[in-house]
Amino acid sequence: REASVPQFGREQSGPASLPAEDVSTNSNGPKQDSLFDDDPEDLFAEATEEVSLDSPERDVLLSDGPSPAITPITPPTSVITPRIESLTVPVSLQIEEEEGGDSFDIHIAVSDPEKVGEFSGTFWHLRDKQDSSGTSLSVFKQGEFSVKRRFSDFLGLHSKLASKYLHVGYIVPPAPEKSIVGMTKVKVGKEDQSSNEFVEKRRSALERYLMRTVKHPVLLKDPDVLQFLESSELPRAVSTQALSSAGLLRMVNKAADAVNKMTIKMNESDAWFEEKQQQFENLDIQLRKLHASVESLVCHRKELSVNTALFAKSAAMLGNSEDHTALSRALSQLAEVEEKIDQLHQDQANADFYLFSELLGDYVRLITAVKGVFDHRMKTWQKWQDSQMLLQKKREAEAKLQFTNKPDKLQQAKDEIKELEGKVQQGERDFEQISKTIRKEVSRFEKERVKDFKSVIIKYLESLVQTQQQLIKYWEAFLPEAKAIS
Amino acid sequence: MTSALDESDKEKTRSVSVDLNNDASLLIDIPDALCERDKVKFTVHTKTTLSAFQKPEFSVPRQHEDFIWLHDTLVETEDYAGLIIPPAPPKPDFESPREKMHKLGEGEATMTKEEYNKMKQELEAEYLAVFKKTVQVHEIFLQRLSSHAILSKDRNFQIFLEYDQDLSVRRKNAKEMFGGFFKNMVKTADEVIISGIKEVDDFFEQEKTFLLDYYSKIKDSTAKAEKMTRSHKNVADDYIHISATLNTLSADDSTALKKHLDKLSDLFEKLRKVEGRVASDQELKLTELLRYYMRDIQAAKDLLYRRARALADYEHSNKALDKARLKSKDVPQAEEHQQQCLQKFDKLSESGKRELTSFKGRRVVAFRKNLIEMAELEIKHAKNNVTLLQGCIDLLKSN
Repeated sequence: REASVPQFGREQSGPASLPAEDVSTNSNGPKQDSLFDDDPEDLFAEATEEVSLDSPERDVLLSDGPSPAITPITPPTSVITPRIESLTVPVSLQIEEEEGGDSFDIHIAVSDPEKVGEFSGTFWHLRDKQDSSGTSLSVFKQGEFSVKRRFSDFLGLHSKLASKYLHVGYIVPPAPEKSIVGMTKVKVGKEDQSSNEFVEKRRSALERYLMRTVKHPVLLKDPDVLQFLESSELPRAVSTQALSSAGLLRMVNKAADAVNKMTIKMNESDAWFEEKQQQFENLDIQLRKLHASVESLVCHRKELSVNTALFAKSAAMLGNSEDHTALSRALSQLAEVEEKIDQLHQDQANADFYLFSELLGDYVRLITAVKGVFDHRMKTWQKWQDSQMLLQKKREAEAKLQFTNKPDKLQQAKDEIKELEGKVQQGERDFEQISKTIRKEVSRFEKERVKDFKSVIIKYLESLVQTQQQLIKYWEAFLPEAKAIS
Repeated sequence: MTSALDESDKEKTRSVSVDLNNDASLLIDIPDALCERDKVKFTVHTKTTLSAFQKPEFSVPRQHEDFIWLHDTLVETEDYAGLIIPPAPPKPDFESPREKMHKLGEGEATMTKEEYNKMKQELEAEYLAVFKKTVQVHEIFLQRLSSHAILSKDRNFQIFLEYDQDLSVRRKNAKEMFGGFFKNMVKTADEVIISGIKEVDDFFEQEKTFLLDYYSKIKDSTAKAEKMTRSHKNVADDYIHISATLNTLSADDSTALKKHLDKLSDLFEKLRKVEGRVASDQELKLTELLRYYMRDIQAAKDLLYRRARALADYEHSNKALDKARLKSKDVPQAEEHQQQCLQKFDKLSESGKRELTSFKGRRVVAFRKNLIEMAELEIKHAKNNVTLLQGCIDLLKSN
């Protein structure tokens, strides 16, 4: 199965609409969303035409609040936006599952937002390679599915997976970042290049996020993931708003974690962990640096495109002004060549971004997840140590109580000690388990990283080749024109 | 720093004006130049068979100001009013690379030693490119003069080539004599003068329209081409940083990626060299070409100004003659004055027509040559890039 290189040209087809972001400027929290989605008379459920700011449907929506529990809010004019053209094509990837020899063919594509409030979702196809008769050995239903998911759904999925798996050592792929600025621009109906680019950037990021998640053998089997991929309806994710109280709470927790990390001094008995942590630190620094350089490249390439276009126009004017006929024609041809080249540079800038830059961005975020997992191990160790220390104290206290005449206190102490002993054992088991998991995870992560980088870099280099080959074509076509000047 | 420019370099850089320096009776070139801080000292080397010169071969050191002196005296010379005086070479401008060097120094802490060295190399190459350009443009100025039937015989030109003492004394005297009168007149004469004149000659009418329009267009194209070239350079610089970081990543890596990253780092280093060449070739073949002809067209416009003024003078002299006849006073003087003005105007028109026609031919030939060379170089660089890229792709795939 070959991965197809997405085309980043200006071919656009068909209308599509926007995901409505949960992030809004008012503070009514999750309930506001149901104004549009959980409404049983959801006007958008089957709608295929766009709703414009002045459409009657919108007025209906606004005036009939679906339930009294919801305070009707006039949404900012930002909510409904039509006419985002659909852009690129699905990317297919092959996945191999090592345990149990199951191999999957999972093909996931996130295609363009079609309706207000949703990204029309993943369509995927699972075929079990081992058994060609079609009997599935895996947990998935077979066949093709298409579901619609909102951006907040993706965030919700990540949130659930993170809370379930991070603290036991699994590297959970991070979800794409919110961009309040980008989303607001899109919502406000700015139908320009930058909002189109924003939509494509997000779509591509969601696709990569999902692919990474399903490539993980453990996560793939998680019921939340299955539900995400399969169910036509998904319960509203509630705590994903950037400015919500839950969001703030998470931010605070993160900060607290950071402080804790600084104060945990762990007796590292395993050199492997120390080594790996250092490696990931270095990798983090270098990847960020590389990412910054590539972002600069994207920027300069775009500038080159713009400047080439400006030059092309100027050359055309010069050609018009030129009174020597053959030279005039050659200058006009030069202008045409440069115009084609400016498009070439624009396309290359997109490849620079979507292939190279985004790969690096993804890995910078992934490394953060990896570092998080190491931190959890330290916390687990700390918990174990704390239990041990507490046990020690209790034992000392119990010893003292032996000499007093307080039988029930003594009994209580003995009970507590028993409980703590259990906790200590559990703590040790947890620590060993997380250490084991991390080792496996890191090994898998490294393997994935190698494959990922290699395949994306090859694609990127191929994009560069394409650009250069086009350049050759254009200039070779121009050369006889230049020679024809007499 | 001294730079000896070899023949192939010069051949490449000389092509803004073609067919110069072919007449063995007077061959001029600038074989080397010395750069001391801000001052550039050019070595002007002459080989000649003409008896007007004392020796058959000689060299003199000259500064930029000496070239300007020569240009200005030519402009001031009445006899040459009907000629297109080759545009003066612009002052050597090392501002851009100097500024970048300064910025690089400030940012040194943020990059690896290797990265810093590469950036420094790039800047030194840029510095060298500016240097080469300025030598070229000064050389072409002299060669235009030596190829011109009339200007090559100019006494001041000969002094410039031959006088083995410092010219600065002569420069000062010249300023005192002419006071830049003529030059200022030309400079302040704006298009109103030319467009205000009732043109009787179709040829000049067309030329006037054409040159005025073309000048503004070519000025714009020059500026846009320059921006385009700068963007190419920026991309090449980004490749340097990318290559350096990939190198570090490769060194730190212990997985199978190590060798991939290493190859990639190597590739980007090579790519940036090609990109740098693309930028500098584009600059020489396109930007410099446009810039040169922008200045040349200004010189042609200056010719039109002078002719327009001569026409104005002639018309005034006619009116003066009529007045004199009316008053029956000083008629012979007025008649003579009118005759002189007419002769001057006719001479300017005749010479101007010749000059403008050959100018067009020269321009077309130069554009043709440069556009062809630029296209060929772009193809060459792109093919080179394809080879480099494909090689790396094959290596990556084979592992």
